[in-house]
Amino acid sequence: MSLDEFFVTGEPLIYAGMVAIVLVTSAIIFLLTYFKKWGWLWREWLTTVDHKKIGIMYILSALAMLFRGGADALMMRVQLAFPDLNFLNTQHYNEIFTTHGTVMIIFMAMPFLIGLMNIVVPLQIGARDFAFPYVNALSFWSFFFGALLFNISFVIGGSPDAGWTSYTPLAGAAMSPGPGQNFYLLGLQLSGIGTLATGINLMVTILKMRAPGMKLFQMPIFTWSTLVTSFIIIFAFPILTVALALMTIDRIFGSQFFTLTGEGLPMMWANLFWMWGHPEVYIVILPAFGIFSEVIATFAKKQLFGYKAMVWSMILIAALSFLVWVHHFFTMGAGAFVNSVFSVSTMLIAVPTGVKIFNWLGTLYKSKIQFTTPMLWALAFIPSFVIGGVTGVMLGMAAADYQFHNSYFLVAHFHYVLIAGTVFACFAGLEYWYPKMFNHKLNEKFGKLSFWLFVIGFHVTFFPQYFLGLDGMPRRIFDIGPEWFTLNFISTIGAFGMGLGFAVFVFNIYYSYRTSQRETTGDSWDGRTLEWATPTPVPHYNFATQPTIRGLDAFVEMKKHNESTFDESKLEPIHMPNNTGQPFIMMALLFMSSFALVFEWMTLAILFLVGVIVMMVVRSFDEDEGHHVEVEEIKTTERQLRGL
Amino acid sequence: MQSNVKHTPLEYQTEHNQMSILGFWIFLAAEVVLFSTLFATYAVLFGRTANAPLPSELFGIEIVLIMTVLLLTSSFTCGIAIHQMRHGSNSGLITWLIITLVLGLGFLGFEIYEFIHYSHEGATLSSSAFWSSFYVLAGTHGLHVTLGIGWAILLIIQLYKKGITAVTSRKVFIISLYWHFLDVIWIFIFTSVYLIGMVI
Amino acid sequence: MSNQVKKVPTQHIVGFVLSLVLTALAVWTALGSDLSTAWIITIIMLLAVIQAGIQLVMFMHIVEPESQNGHVPWNMIFHGFVTAAIVVVGSLFVMVYGF
Repeated sequence: MSLDEFFVTGEPLIYAGMVAIVLVTSAIIFLLTYFKKWGWLWREWLTTVDHKKIGIMYILSALAMLFRGGADALMMRVQLAFPDLNFLNTQHYNEIFTTHGTVMIIFMAMPFLIGLMNIVVPLQIGARDFAFPYVNALSFWSFFFGALLFNISFVIGGSPDAGWTSYTPLAGAAMSPGPGQNFYLLGLQLSGIGTLATGINLMVTILKMRAPGMKLFQMPIFTWSTLVTSFIIIFAFPILTVALALMTIDRIFGSQFFTLTGEGLPMMWANLFWMWGHPEVYIVILPAFGIFSEVIATFAKKQLFGYKAMVWSMILIAALSFLVWVHHFFTMGAGAFVNSVFSVSTMLIAVPTGVKIFNWLGTLYKSKIQFTTPMLWALAFIPSFVIGGVTGVMLGMAAADYQFHNSYFLVAHFHYVLIAGTVFACFAGLEYWYPKMFNHKLNEKFGKLSFWLFVIGFHVTFFPQYFLGLDGMPRRIFDIGPEWFTLNFISTIGAFGMGLGFAVFVFNIYYSYRTSQRETTGDSWDGRTLEWATPTPVPHYNFATQPTIRGLDAFVEMKKHNESTFDESKLEPIHMPNNTGQPFIMMALLFMSSFALVFEWMTLAILFLVGVIVMMVVRSFDEDEGHHVEVEEIKTTERQLRGL
Repeated sequence: MQSNVKHTPLEYQTEHNQMSILGFWIFLAAEVVLFSTLFATYAVLFGRTANAPLPSELFGIEIVLIMTVLLLTSSFTCGIAIHQMRHGSNSGLITWLIITLVLGLGFLGFEIYEFIHYSHEGATLSSSAFWSSFYVLAGTHGLHVTLGIGWAILLIIQLYKKGITAVTSRKVFIISLYWHFLDVIWIFIFTSVYLIGMVI
Repeated sequence: MSNQVKKVPTQHIVGFVLSLVLTALAVWTALGSDLSTAWIITIIMLLAVIQAGIQLVMFMHIVEPESQNGHVPWNMIFHGFVTAAIVVVGSLFVMVYGF
């Protein structure tokens, strides 16, 4: 293979991307060397097993991916702004809508939410870390390297171009030769391992490590949403693992699962993909519901209305999420009975979702709302998400779906649920828990500016797309007809509004770091749940003493009884895990093995795989028992943080 | 239950051990779904043999029955190993684990022989959708058995070095769950692949 | 501790014998009986489920109270099997019979 086959050539935008990558990487290397920070990077971050630091790394990576996916989106919107524009060619356009979708779902939405879960869930249940901190680090690095593998495809080897759903036979070896599609398969596989491990880890953490006295139905609602999400992850991700493996075997080892030869069945891919894919939608939306519930209860200054109904509706949504997958391919040609069954089950999901909407409204009803930025995101979410949900029910009607299918109506629908649901929640959650992570709030003025730019931009972008869809504009076309010009142009303007909103948000991180007042109490928003009971910055052991839980909204009770998580009479040495570089090294090796497999360099792939196995053996013989934080150290830390 | 600690097997005695075992159960639940996806693929692609031989022409009951008995017995001996562990007998534990491994290796040997035999008859991974799904389903199970054997060897070394401790007993208990689970999966492969393949 | 554990692993032996009997029964049903194909499939799948249950309860100790893990293991395995049924039956329904 010559070099010009290895690197992507002939595309000015991609050359610019290469230059940018080289510049940014050299800048980072220079800065780390100049400030002698390599040791710091290794000791404090690359080897950490602390759930708070891992969470921060998740969120930083997710923000980078939001930038990447957003850049893809803006390029698409520019191309679609005018008829016959040649900003992107067809091939490049195909690659960009593929990577946009994949990056946003797999490498932005999920890690962003998992990052928030990492930081918040142990704090909310009064735990000192995850059940398996080592595995947690492993999960993060598997996500990180999976994302890296997927993202380098645009400069090395070429991006996948068969859509984020990667339907066969288009995505098969016959019609998509070369490494592009392999990057998709192995990048997702690599990060999927981590997601499954995180699901198990979170479930065990929540089931076994709650503070004394905390019953399941006294857990904060975000923790509940995490538990239900973990359940979905555990049962949905293995399906993706198998689907990806089958297509990989098809492409690399010549099997006939999804091919047109050998009596293969290409639609089986769609079936398997959506059996994972639909639960996946709820993996990214249920934690969002959890975040909004926390934010709304905090800033309405009330206990969440209908807590039990909230929990049960989430459980019901989780169960139904496994029973609706066919609505993604009603037009495949299955019989009327199949489509009817899945049409009905799809519409059923609107019921528990409706319950949740009314519960949020019930919480807001007659409350004194405090209009902070996180609360604004939550308030904007409710009506926006309802629009997305209602159009979803329209799409769920199989007969009508024959009209909506594959049109911009669908594009508008899923952006309305995923942006108004998940992305708003990511912003709300990040701003809400920001003081817990970084010891200062984000500036409210810039926060609100970015909120308004983003939300208005969002509606301007996607509302016209419903009508474009009704006007017959299909999705995934790179060139618009003149009759669709006006609405597309408006949509593009909106997209730049969203981009501007994101830019202001990022600027706000820097601005607030420089100017915001530092937190003193740890209870930044007069919070209701346990995470606000810790001082900020949160000591690495989280809780000096575990509180005893009496009911819902544990911290409200504690404040009433004047209790804290630092009870000097109850202090005991705390057992904590040691940092380790093994997860990073193991996943780096797996990354290299996957990279070799992308190019079908078998010897190299096996060689690195042996390296991974060696790392597992090392782990098996590892006798690291962790260390104890002594009482004196806890006392000093807590007194200093609490200003005693 | 006053003497609770006394009755509790060593592998359950620390909270960390309990969590590891619980985590592994949850992982097994995920594995159930993983294999079910392979079963679903096999079932949907059943009959799509193209020009390759039909399963009923190749499957023979003798070899499959031998494999089944080998694996069932290994699952039993693995259970005896855990029984020995709870008795506190390290040598008994190691002996029964080694017997389990030998039976597992025997199973693998027959599986490899079977695969080679089928491919000589013209049924390979790439000859048709049906045979792809057969090889990947049975092969994934075989790969699990292989991993289990490698893993168990590591544990036997640790048992030699350290004896039965809270850590090693937890690890051995977890691999016993894994090994029994592979038998559960094999029961379904035996029934829905081989028996049904010979009936239809 | 050793005196609390029974010397003879009765449960394991019973489980092993039952597994062998059920396997033999399944083989006979499939290859030796004159039942119709639909009945054979129903019966041998049922036998497989029973045998899986024996492994889980008698060999894997899925319900041991000493584990302090309560009902979670069997709850999750149960839901795993429910999902498995959805995946297999659902795929057949959508891709083969409902077409």
